[in-house]
Amino acid sequence: MASPGARLASLAHGDVTSLEIVALGAQPAGKVARSGTVWLRKEGNGVGSVTATVAPATESNVILWFRTFGAIAGSGFRRYATYRQAAVAGAVTNTVFGFLRCYVLLAVAGAAGGAAGYDREQLATFVWAGQGLLAVVLLWGWTDLADRIRTGEVASDLLRPVHPVTSYLATDLGRAGWAGVSRLLPPVLVGPLFFDVHLPARWPTVPLFVTSVLLAVVLSFGCRFLVNATAYWLEDVRGPQILWVLASGMLAGLYFPLPFLPDAVYLALQFGTPFPSLLQIPLDVLVERDSTATQVGLVAVQVGWAAAVLALCRLVQRRAERRLVVQGG
Amino acid sequence: MAEPVALPRQRPPGRPRPRSGRLAAYRALLGAQARSQAAYRTSFVVDLVGNVGATVFDVVTVLVIFGVTRELGGFTLRETLVMVGLSTAAFATADLLVGNIERLPRYVRTGLFDAVLVRPLGALPQLLLMDLPLRKVSRALFGLAVLVVAVGSAGIDWTPGRVALVLLAPLAGVVFFGSVFVATATVSFYWTESGELANSVTYGGRDFTSYPVTVFDGWFRAVFAYGMGFAFVSYQPALALLGRADPLGLPAWAGWAAPAVALVAAALAATAWRVGVRHYRSTGS
Repeated sequence: MASPGARLASLAHGDVTSLEIVALGAQPAGKVARSGTVWLRKEGNGVGSVTATVAPATESNVILWFRTFGAIAGSGFRRYATYRQAAVAGAVTNTVFGFLRCYVLLAVAGAAGGAAGYDREQLATFVWAGQGLLAVVLLWGWTDLADRIRTGEVASDLLRPVHPVTSYLATDLGRAGWAGVSRLLPPVLVGPLFFDVHLPARWPTVPLFVTSVLLAVVLSFGCRFLVNATAYWLEDVRGPQILWVLASGMLAGLYFPLPFLPDAVYLALQFGTPFPSLLQIPLDVLVERDSTATQVGLVAVQVGWAAAVLALCRLVQRRAERRLVVQGG
Repeated sequence: MAEPVALPRQRPPGRPRPRSGRLAAYRALLGAQARSQAAYRTSFVVDLVGNVGATVFDVVTVLVIFGVTRELGGFTLRETLVMVGLSTAAFATADLLVGNIERLPRYVRTGLFDAVLVRPLGALPQLLLMDLPLRKVSRALFGLAVLVVAVGSAGIDWTPGRVALVLLAPLAGVVFFGSVFVATATVSFYWTESGELANSVTYGGRDFTSYPVTVFDGWFRAVFAYGMGFAFVSYQPALALLGRADPLGLPAWAGWAAPAVALVAAALAATAWRVGVRHYRSTGS
């Protein structure tokens, strides 16, 4: 009984892959265009439940893909922009913590005027931009996917012609866009009123910083997606959630700049874990702690991590779909 | 919704429940909580470990900072650790006992607070017992351990007075942080969407009390340390324990003011709670 099921699963699985490629518009597969038939999509755990997904329109192309992605991102922006009061409360909280952390780090710099390669102005920028970026990168508090897996609502995500990783990423970029307006600006504007801050002195820093933040958002989304996706296998995702919250807060550079650690430890973290790429690297790029060449290198590290984690997300999602059993009618 | 007279009640309004009956009801609430939380063993253990992890990292942060500098605001690592110990032990215990009040915004938003008000028990004790987070026990124990180690290694010149203070100060800190939790939660009676705003004073207060007050400056220091009274949670008692004069000029007895400050905070929080509950308007069905 298992072997026909497994065969069907692997057969159908190949179809799903080609379907995804068409849906994403990366390459209009002629096979689909010719046949235009209904593709079988196998879900469940060899139980034999098969759902039919209609092949998307034949004129799928890259432009359409971008329009779809943009539309989902726009709706993500609007969805989060409805919570204006929460944004005000959050911005005030970030600002209070900006004061707390800034005073502590300036005390660390003390009379010597600097610590671990940062001067006083750079530390101030590090703190205030960090408080602003926290909500943009959003390390914590995203359980949408885990909730939908638990309730079974994720089934409707799987029926859509856009890959779940892609559509959730688009929503998250929209969310980050709103956070950039509502949560990044207030601390970044308040900080310089009370402290001397370091402003970028070299022009390449600005585009590098923007790129770095974008990569951090994508990477953070990928990590959160993976943590949430453990719900496919575990009934209770609190364990992975807690580990993620602990590790990301400490190792992303939120509590203290990671160069405060011994060099070997910091290097190991930077190349061995995705955490510094979430916050520490964008902030290091912004405060110009290193030369432009090193800044580019740091962003390259982020590119590597973002690509690896997104690929892992798709792999995990593929494996998960093969074992997902949605309860209920 | 504060006076749900139309609802059927077990006993006529106005006549209080006998004290023993009320205690039994609270005990039943607590027992139900304990059983439900321990029902999922693995989750419970994970929660215990995760909760202690967060507090461990707070202490590690202080250690890392002292890896870069030899003194912070004029205080050495050993001296600062006494403040960290007082702050952590007090905050973690208050968080265990009262911290879940920070879920009040959700109760107000969803209307669950209505159900709490119609029951013939105090609203605040019910809320605290309804989800007493037993998983935070690990955190409170760790906080206590930090305090014991810090006080033990700080080279304190023990006098009977200081022994009394080292026992009183953490208790006062628990009362103080508990009051802060309750007082900040009442904001949600007026501003339902206040979200994480309360965190800026609760967790912000914890961060503030983990460092010598001398680290901070200007109006920010004035507001947090003296306006809200956070200086009396850890900084002033630590100075009294260590026998150091306050570089900011407060007299030596300021460390002994901690219990009085805590009582004032508790009174203010109780008032804020009463006023808040009266002001409460249900969000509707």
